[in-house]
Amino acid sequence: MGRLTEAAAAGGGASAARSAGPPPAPLSLSSTSPGCAAAMASSEEDGTNGGASEASEEREAVGKRRRLGLLATIWLTFYNIAMTAGWLVLAIAMVRFYMEKGTHKGLYRSIQKTLKFFQTFALLETHLKPVETGIYFMLLTCDFFCLFVCLQIVHCLIGIVPTSVLVAGVQVSSRIFMVWLVTHSIKPIQNEESVVLFLVAWTVTEITRYSFYTFSLLDHLPYFIKWARYNFFIILYPVGVAGELLTIYAALPYVKKTGMFSIRLPNKYNVSFDYYYFLLITMASYIPLFPQLYFHMLRQRRKVLHGEVIVEKDD
Amino acid sequence: VGHLHLSLGTSKLWVPDSIRGPYFLICIVQVEILDAKTREKLCFLDKVEPQATIAEIKNLFTKTHPQWYPARQSLRLDPKGKSLKDEDVLQKLPVGTTATLYFRDLGAQISWVTVFLTEYAGPLFIYLLFYFRVPFIYGRKYDFTSSRHTVVHLACICHSFHYIKRLLETLFVHRFSHGTMPLRNIFKNCTYYWGFAAWMAYYINHPLYTPPTYGAQQVKLALAIFVICQLGNFSIHMALRDLRPAGSKTRKIPYPTRNPFTWLFLLVSCPNYTYEVGSWIGFAIMTQCLPVALFSLVGFTQMTIWAKGKHRSYLKEFRDYPPLRMPIIPFLL
Repeated sequence: MGRLTEAAAAGGGASAARSAGPPPAPLSLSSTSPGCAAAMASSEEDGTNGGASEASEEREAVGKRRRLGLLATIWLTFYNIAMTAGWLVLAIAMVRFYMEKGTHKGLYRSIQKTLKFFQTFALLETHLKPVETGIYFMLLTCDFFCLFVCLQIVHCLIGIVPTSVLVAGVQVSSRIFMVWLVTHSIKPIQNEESVVLFLVAWTVTEITRYSFYTFSLLDHLPYFIKWARYNFFIILYPVGVAGELLTIYAALPYVKKTGMFSIRLPNKYNVSFDYYYFLLITMASYIPLFPQLYFHMLRQRRKVLHGEVIVEKDD
Repeated sequence: VGHLHLSLGTSKLWVPDSIRGPYFLICIVQVEILDAKTREKLCFLDKVEPQATIAEIKNLFTKTHPQWYPARQSLRLDPKGKSLKDEDVLQKLPVGTTATLYFRDLGAQISWVTVFLTEYAGPLFIYLLFYFRVPFIYGRKYDFTSSRHTVVHLACICHSFHYIKRLLETLFVHRFSHGTMPLRNIFKNCTYYWGFAAWMAYYINHPLYTPPTYGAQQVKLALAIFVICQLGNFSIHMALRDLRPAGSKTRKIPYPTRNPFTWLFLLVSCPNYTYEVGSWIGFAIMTQCLPVALFSLVGFTQMTIWAKGKHRSYLKEFRDYPPLRMPIIPFLL
């Protein structure tokens, strides 16, 4: 029922599979040992229980999934069908455009409204996660985001999908980042080939992923959808990552020239931010993240499709 | 003096005991230790006393496998179960005459004291590098210059005081219930503390630093908040220390003492965290620096998670736990 734990796409860009990653969580989330009287404000970790608590959280999440109410199931089904439809619309629009115009130039402009609508709609996913950690993901405002705020409140009450807020938040935010902060904001790069690259990767990925979820919810999963979900990513994931990286790389000169999204000193709040270096760091972060997520998806694939029992490495 | 072997497999020795009487019955238990993942037999200990603690078993295990010192060992009755505590006595565990324990390697361990000292010494030193504007940070014409704003000097004093206090508390005040933590934690923690310290210090000590909007008033208020919270935090640490005698691991409900700063215990389970957040908020207001505010926010988030965990374990352990108390913020959180 609902999303599977890895909540990862079958392929597509880094952002798509990011949620599949083993959580290299920046914050240590293990609680202190009871009665550790002198535990100070630094990372207090009960090393022995770290693994056990994660394992039990997953077991609890599976239990939660089984207890999904009828209403939640209906809503999730609707949501997944809507997302599948949305990405299909996008795919069809892209194909039609290409057939009519024979070029990819101007493609982004024609599909961007739909893309933003459905990509931002995906923000809902963040709030389908259990909120034990209490970390809410505050995201950028955009024209269509207002529509979904009401829906997010509903989702917060439900909390039915097992993926952690942090992991899904990273995934959704990286998508939002690519769409809004890079492609939308930096107009000159919208006609780059790399944009088409990641758009195609995302589209195929999302259609497979959301139809996979839809059919899982309806307990009627055709094997080819499962096969597609766990095999397409092998090609699509690197393709999507390549598209994203090339797009960011193409955007760098414009960012440096215009100094956009940057704050300089002196200012009242004594802070500065350089978007150019931020983009460089983002690109560099793909290096550690991409292999982790890719191999995680490969392991999932072996487990699901070939029934292999994989002994997870100890933490 | 004779020997008696029962067919149940327990070895029983009748041994004379001159203090308690002619004969004293001892049962001896055997312990086998298996790897939790591979079920491979790692060690077999015979002639173990039933009153032996897990700590003693760990020591015996280290003799045959010296690379796994006791702090690294996690022994459990079930491969997927919870780790047994060092104080647990073999006799009291649900084991037969041959106890089967499963071993899991916790990885390289490092002592808490070492981690704390390293992670606190870093910010102290790093901030001062920025304060004195050592070369290669701000640009040649600013090397070794001094800020003309009083608040910058005040901020340096506060920040340094805070970390010196933490170092001294680590050495003389805190009583840790765990001796060690996984080695990788030191890298994680130091990155966090040192990184944020450098980030904050860079802006506060920058030649283009802008002092607070409301001037001396704002600084004075913020300083008052900071000092009160530092005193409060220290009071709580002392109160928690007095709660637990040296070397013991007993757990008791903390209560307010005569010190007014400890009266926060009436409303909050972890007032040390409350005061800590308060200190950093004071520091943020004093310097009016966004990175400091972000650091406070991140710290607050983490401390809230810890406070909630501790609050939950207090509630689980003590039936008569005061109901008015919240984990970290009175009445709210």
